[in-house]
Amino acid sequence: MGKHVLLIEDEPNISEAIRFILTRDGFRVSCHDQGRDALEVVRAERPDALILDAMLPGRTGYDILRDLRAEPDTALLPVLMLTARGQGRDRELAESAGASGFMAKPFSNAEVLASVRALLGQA
Amino acid sequence: MPFNLLILACLAYVAFLFAVAFLADRRAEAGTLPWLRSPMVYTLSLSVYCTAWTFYGAVGYAARSGLEFLTIYLGPTLVFVGWWVILRKLVRIAKAQRITSIADLISSRYGKSSLLGVVVTAICVTGATPYIALQLQSVALSFSVFASDTPDGWHLPDRDTTALWVAAGLALFTVLFGTRNLDANEQHHGVVMAIAVEAAVKLVALVAVGVFVVWIVADGPADIVTRIDNSPIAGWQMVPGRWAGLIFLSAAAILTLPRMFQVLVVENADERHLTTASWAFPLYLAAMSLFVVPIAVVGLDILPEGSNPDLFVLTLPLALDQGGLAMLAFLGGFSSATSMVIVAAIALATMVSNHVVMPLILAFGERKGKEPGDLRRVVLLARRLSIAGVMALGYGYYTLTGGSGALAATGLIAFVGVAQILPAMLGAMFWRGATRTGALLGLCAGYGLWLYTLYLPSFGQGGVIPVQVFVEGPWGIGWLRPEALFGIDGMDPLLHAMFWSLAMNTLLFGLGSLLTFPSPMERLQGARFVQAFDQSGPASSWARGQAEAEDLLVMAQRIMGEDVALAYFQTHARVQGKDGYLPDITPDFMNDLERRLSGSIGAAAAHAMIAQIAGGAAVSVEDLMAVANETAQMMEYSARLEAQQDELTRTARQLREANEKLTQLSVQKDAFLSQISHELRTPMTSIRAFSEIMMDDDVPPDLNARYARIIHDEAIRLTRLLDDLLDLSVLESGTVQLSLRSASLHDMLDRALHAAGSTRPERAFTIQRDPQSEQITVTSDIDRLTQVFINVISNSRKYCDAGAPVLRIAVRRKGAQIRVDFIDNGSGIAKGSQALIFEKFARLTDSAQAGGAGLGLAICREIMQNLDGDISYVPGQGGAAFRVAFPMVLVLPENRRT
Amino acid sequence: MKPPRQPLFVAPRIYRSRRLRDAARILPVLGGFLVLVPILWDPAGDGARSTARDGIYLFVLWGALILAARLLAPRLGEDPPAPGQTED
Repeated sequence: MGKHVLLIEDEPNISEAIRFILTRDGFRVSCHDQGRDALEVVRAERPDALILDAMLPGRTGYDILRDLRAEPDTALLPVLMLTARGQGRDRELAESAGASGFMAKPFSNAEVLASVRALLGQA
Repeated sequence: MPFNLLILACLAYVAFLFAVAFLADRRAEAGTLPWLRSPMVYTLSLSVYCTAWTFYGAVGYAARSGLEFLTIYLGPTLVFVGWWVILRKLVRIAKAQRITSIADLISSRYGKSSLLGVVVTAICVTGATPYIALQLQSVALSFSVFASDTPDGWHLPDRDTTALWVAAGLALFTVLFGTRNLDANEQHHGVVMAIAVEAAVKLVALVAVGVFVVWIVADGPADIVTRIDNSPIAGWQMVPGRWAGLIFLSAAAILTLPRMFQVLVVENADERHLTTASWAFPLYLAAMSLFVVPIAVVGLDILPEGSNPDLFVLTLPLALDQGGLAMLAFLGGFSSATSMVIVAAIALATMVSNHVVMPLILAFGERKGKEPGDLRRVVLLARRLSIAGVMALGYGYYTLTGGSGALAATGLIAFVGVAQILPAMLGAMFWRGATRTGALLGLCAGYGLWLYTLYLPSFGQGGVIPVQVFVEGPWGIGWLRPEALFGIDGMDPLLHAMFWSLAMNTLLFGLGSLLTFPSPMERLQGARFVQAFDQSGPASSWARGQAEAEDLLVMAQRIMGEDVALAYFQTHARVQGKDGYLPDITPDFMNDLERRLSGSIGAAAAHAMIAQIAGGAAVSVEDLMAVANETAQMMEYSARLEAQQDELTRTARQLREANEKLTQLSVQKDAFLSQISHELRTPMTSIRAFSEIMMDDDVPPDLNARYARIIHDEAIRLTRLLDDLLDLSVLESGTVQLSLRSASLHDMLDRALHAAGSTRPERAFTIQRDPQSEQITVTSDIDRLTQVFINVISNSRKYCDAGAPVLRIAVRRKGAQIRVDFIDNGSGIAKGSQALIFEKFARLTDSAQAGGAGLGLAICREIMQNLDGDISYVPGQGGAAFRVAFPMVLVLPENRRT
Repeated sequence: MKPPRQPLFVAPRIYRSRRLRDAARILPVLGGFLVLVPILWDPAGDGARSTARDGIYLFVLWGALILAARLLAPRLGEDPPAPGQTED
């Protein structure tokens, strides 16, 4: 059974592209485009992995990530952050917020796939 | 009289003199001097006036010209008997001002002028040189008188060598006792004591010879009178001009001769000694003169024809086998010669070292930046060298002139020379209006004329001045003949020279002083000198003179400024009911002045200055001026520092502000750049992702088309973003080229609506317009303005969330300004975001809906600013309302037109 | 500025000292005149000047001057000018 990946990204085209890639590989993908209620959605859907965009309307991805890490249920949830690599500190920020991995836009599809697989312990 | 014995006696005498000088100096150092400085010692020391010329030459003078020789002593008698008039003031001034020589007196009085000091020194040295030679000559002569008596025994020394030995010996004595140390008062106690002893010796010697002559050779006074009547000089010619002239000349000389000034004024220990000297010195002179005629007459009687009458004092006793008396006479003559030379050397050396050498050394040292260091040693060395120099000059003159000519003539020539100082000196003492320029002119004229008419001719016609000049005048100008100026021929050369030199001297002195204005220093010194008696003792509060007010004025001028001070003083004078500009020095005036000054220089300094002037302390105006100068400088400096300080603070603040702005800008720039980066990456991400998807083979055809379209759209979006960025940058930099043309506002709005219609075309907007108000011709950059309209309308279409969207366009005209309002019926923009929307990348809702990067309004704002207009959000219109305002006719500055 | 005006009538002591000072000033003038008097006796004369006579005259004059100075001198030195009075 394919693992469930939740994607929180506000750009529709990007989320469609990621959804296509992952679905093609056998994952079950659900999308959400708001940062405001991202936490509730995560709790509700209880995905196996989370792909989180750094810049979201409402809240930043980092804040959401910190909150997730603060909760025991989601403390160990594998999270892949999508950053714009605008500032050099993005990697540090992601790591300090608790990201399991991060990916800079624009990314290569193969890399996203590989990262998600790695996060979920697959080869 | 064996020559050897004479030599021995001479040496013994000299040793005795050395001992006296040494002891006196020791006593002076030990402080037990008072009894040595009795009035008698003072009076005796004055006898340096009676040199070998008196001792030997007077007899010769009498033998040749009868009683004329008395003029030389009658002048000084008158001066001393009238001591109250001149001498008293002279000594008082010199003590008060610490005068060290006659050159110092003149120089100090006329504003401490070093030039005058040099001139007076030159006059003195020139005049003294032949005089010293005279003394050397007479000593050598007196030696030879004895030597010629005894062909055996010691070899007759060459006269010149004798003179040389004497000169050297005198130099040694003078250096030893004249320059032992530097006495602040320039007093040489040892020397004065030795001189006094010599004075006694010469008086005793001459009187002894006289007594011998009158009572032993002759038969008492009555016999002498008879002998006089029977002698060749029974009837003598009195030349009235010479009689009066020489009395005047000798009176001048007693005041101006450097050696007389030295013993009379400088070495004076107590002013009260003058009262004794006033009668005792004339007595001495009378005693020295009394026996001159008897000796002359008897000598003429007894001694063979053709004997030199100058030496009668010696030859008479010798001829009468009075060896002891002759030796006494010799010692007397020796004393008179040597005392003159010693004192003259000291006086001249003081002048030369103080007014010539030391200024040169100090100026030289200053330029080299050296500290004066041990000045005392330098001064002492200068003194010693000067003494040696003076002696050398005297000896040189002696050898040059070969010791010819009657002794008397040389002395008188020197008298006329030093007499040139008299006008300046009397002016210094009695005339406040005497100025430096006047003194300088007078001295130089007198000196020059003296040289020309008397000194140089004394070397004989053809000696220095060619014979022709004497006969025809220089360059054939007859009335410039040295001995007949202005064609006045036949005058006695001495009188001629004296008349002309003193006349021109006085004339130029007077005119020069009347026509020039004295410097403050001169005025102050003038007051001090002329009113020397007013300033004796502690000044009581009411014994203030004009000098004090003037001092205060000078001081105040320095601090307050010339005109201000003068006006201030004048006001006070008027208040006191005086005319002129010098008020009385009342306590009120002083207090007020002090208050006034303290405003400028501080209370302490003002008080000190006034106290010093008022208290009569001997602080020179120069010192006070220096203090005032310094204070003024300090005030100036601190004012400048304050100004600098202010400037520095201001600059620091400006730098801080600039720094803050730069930091802000930097932060803004970073934020902007990161925002741009983000905006660019977003479409790029889509493009890349879908491109990669499409490169994999397994994409169904319908999705293929869709994805291709997405790529296309994102590419366009990217392009648009880049265009917007570029646009914005150009607009912001202000280098955008605007192209002006005219168009109808109505047409512009039509176009804008049409272009914006493609934004969310599915939504049907109701447009409300008033075409009538839109009939305005706009002259501006039409394309850009239209672009703004498009943007605003697009935004409306994007964000208006009303169910039935309505867009109202309202045009209003205010003078030269046009206002176009775009109002929709949506929910508008929240208050907090109303300013934000015009910022770059500001987006209120998610970008997916907007499809833009958020630069639209920022660009609009820039455009409007470039078009001299404005775009703003208008709240309270029921929906989102944007107002675009701009001038109907845009006027571009030169550099912005295309 | 003039010194404070001198009082019109002064004490005898001050009066005497002032007169003595006047005498001291006149003395040299008088002496000068008397010394020049011999010119009048025989101006550029015919040579008939008696050395003896002139000499005696001059020395007597000399002695008189000395004596006068001797008498004046101590009295002059007695009274220094009182404060407030300047020299006249």
